[in-house]
Amino acid sequence: MKVINITKEFDSKFIEQVAKESGENPYLCYQCGNCTAGCPFTEFFDYPVSQIMRLLQQGQKETILRSKAIWLCATCETCTTRCPCQIDVAQIMDTLRVIARRENYVSEKEIKLFFDTFLESLKKHGRVFELGILLAYNLKSGKIFTDVDLGPKVLLKGKIHLLPTKIKGQEKVESIFRKLAERVSGNE
Amino acid sequence: MRVGVFICHCGNNIAGTVDVQKVAEEMRKIPGVAYSTTYVYTCSEPGQNEIIEAIKKYKLDRVVVAACSPRMHELTFRKAVEKASLNRYFLEMANIREHISWVGDDKELNTQKAIDVVRMAVAKVMNNKPLFSSSFKLTKRVLVIGGGVAGMQAALDCADGGLDVVLVEKSPSIGGMMARLDKTFPTIDCSICILGPKMVDVAQNERIKLYAYSEIEDVKGYIGNYEVTIRKKATYVDWNKCTGCGLCMEKCPSKNAYDYFNFGIAPTRAINIPFPQAIPKKAKIDPNYCRYFLKGKCGVCAKICPTKAIDYDMKDELVKEDVGAIIVATGYSLMGVENFPEYGGGKYKDVITGIQYERILNASGPTGGHIKRPSDGKEPETVVFISCCGSRDKSVGIPYCSNFCCMYIAKQAILTKDHLPKSQSYVFYMDIRAPGKGYDEFTRRAQEEYGVRYIRGRVSKIYPRGEKLIVRGADTLLGIQVEVEADLVVLANAVISNPDAAKLAEKLRISYDTFGFYVESHPKLRPVETNTSGVFLAGACQGPKDIPASVSQGSAAASKVLALFSKDVLESDPQVSYVNPNVCVGCMKCVKTCPFGAIKEEELRDGRKVAKVIETVCAGCGICTSTCPCGAIQLQHFTDNQILAEVYAFASGK
Repeated sequence: MKVINITKEFDSKFIEQVAKESGENPYLCYQCGNCTAGCPFTEFFDYPVSQIMRLLQQGQKETILRSKAIWLCATCETCTTRCPCQIDVAQIMDTLRVIARRENYVSEKEIKLFFDTFLESLKKHGRVFELGILLAYNLKSGKIFTDVDLGPKVLLKGKIHLLPTKIKGQEKVESIFRKLAERVSGNE
Repeated sequence: MRVGVFICHCGNNIAGTVDVQKVAEEMRKIPGVAYSTTYVYTCSEPGQNEIIEAIKKYKLDRVVVAACSPRMHELTFRKAVEKASLNRYFLEMANIREHISWVGDDKELNTQKAIDVVRMAVAKVMNNKPLFSSSFKLTKRVLVIGGGVAGMQAALDCADGGLDVVLVEKSPSIGGMMARLDKTFPTIDCSICILGPKMVDVAQNERIKLYAYSEIEDVKGYIGNYEVTIRKKATYVDWNKCTGCGLCMEKCPSKNAYDYFNFGIAPTRAINIPFPQAIPKKAKIDPNYCRYFLKGKCGVCAKICPTKAIDYDMKDELVKEDVGAIIVATGYSLMGVENFPEYGGGKYKDVITGIQYERILNASGPTGGHIKRPSDGKEPETVVFISCCGSRDKSVGIPYCSNFCCMYIAKQAILTKDHLPKSQSYVFYMDIRAPGKGYDEFTRRAQEEYGVRYIRGRVSKIYPRGEKLIVRGADTLLGIQVEVEADLVVLANAVISNPDAAKLAEKLRISYDTFGFYVESHPKLRPVETNTSGVFLAGACQGPKDIPASVSQGSAAASKVLALFSKDVLESDPQVSYVNPNVCVGCMKCVKTCPFGAIKEEELRDGRKVAKVIETVCAGCGICTSTCPCGAIQLQHFTDNQILAEVYAFASGK
């Protein structure tokens, strides 16, 4: 394993940035491991969530932003619920994803793609149009026939519809997206 | 009037951020200040001598020392001025360290503030009056509240020192938590075998008057002269007649009473003796479960009792005791499992607490010392211990460490292996805290010799699968999730203060912290004293503590009481309220507001009724002085004139 020079390779600005954007104090963590103990996705993570917290305390920006774990996190908030130090760990994971996206560190391109497709659908229709998401995601990811066999079943059961349903005040949802985009560009 | 001002550098503590020379110069400009100087350590012997010499040389009649907090050295300097034949209340201290140099780093502002503060002290000292303390007698008896190991040690040491002791215990027997333990760490010696003889000593000691199943109702008075009211709770059994034969307990048909001694791990009878070594070994009826109290008929115990000791009509009784000092040794409580919903919150019978497991291990416990799990009575093969349940957990409001859980977990894991050689124990821990003598070696032994598997990480949830409990946790050293199929889970639940700790503190007028633990006078140098003179602390009522620490504190508190009682008279503090009978209109508002009951009505010879302060009871809090509508009542050394002189000195800038 690589030796880390923790005096030189310590990015304090990154810690400050995460703390500021998430509103959480990473130094409160004393590594009890309760977040990892409860995490339902830890078996797929390259770093368990408690180690992400530790890497954060050690200012290891590169390692964290390149990790798969921050993208595989489902934001179920078990970590947040269990944390004895009352850190909103899921919020920190979310913040790390935001930073990774901004700084082009995305290690799980497909998950990012799914997020984007989901939000695009929300923006366009005011609510999720499932069939649209499915088609867009499958096309963009190149996995055109994934789960296609399930199509007829869910269609018959009325779980998804062929046409998007409009909602009242769809323009308001759009304005939320617009305001958010303005704020993000204002920050940068 | 000739005031001398002495400004202390306190090394660099004050001189580092306050221009002490300038302060001294400014003081010389005040009319009435005859001498003003600085010194590097005024509290040192040469520093004190300088004050004494200056008083003689410059004929000073008032002294101001500007240095640290009066809580540190007021007494030092009072004694110094007394040596130079001044009344000790002609000394005034200005706190320019804690209030100025330590809290600000702007030297210019600090110096200006110091000048203001010292000038105020000069203004006050010029208005000071000589005060003289009177002496009063004291009752050389001590009250010990709590009959656990700390309280018992304190009571025995006081009795050995020749004092009469009143020992009040809330539960039906003395012994406290230690009487419930099976073995003690790190020596694995039988707890009741070493505690039992002490309990017998307490019972047989002629100097110790034991009130079991009693509580403190009220405390009146002051150091040396307390009047304590004790509530002897109704036991419904005449303890003068009861022989402790236990026949009633055998025949009692109400078999589902909550067993407080065994922490509810198994039910007991409505009439019971808590454990075989109980002192006093007397029976007591729990009216919440007794059929006679619930349904109005039964009376089996009354029929069976050979000495006719049962008395269903018994009432609580109040008794009064006069004592001169009080030792508080009320111990601790434990956080309930309902606080841990992720571990079932009490839903799973085989998730128990450390103290409950202690009763299962104990030969006098409900299983006779055989390890059987509560749900089906089977011997467990896999036992999981979870440390820090509630402790170090801000989300349940407990940021502190419970002190002794790491050690008792290691002990219980070792005992589990001793009882059931085929069993395997797992310990989920965050840190192993074993700083005592022989403690770390003990936790190593659990792992090296007894094969206890320690897993560094927490448990996130427990859920049942068939007869097993699935314990899902993390091994943070490996960075993975782990699962144990357990038969029994033991939670090291947090040590908390007693639910009625605050109520007792208010009766005793002692302070308690956010968590309900009593606050000592100084965390290092006065560990068993409280800020209320005459009241001392011992054991876990001050904070989580193991047996050796509790015993040490019991002895320490006893030595404090013995030292206090080595004097035949005590000196009263003259800084108390005084009523000017010529100004008092007799409205008696002060009588009502005084929290210490220190003011009474007095009839003068002309028949006029006025208020009068009982000097020895007054604590000098000053509430009466702000209540009095006509300024008749004044707190000596803090009179209106003295305080206004300070305010004027500050506001006028002169």
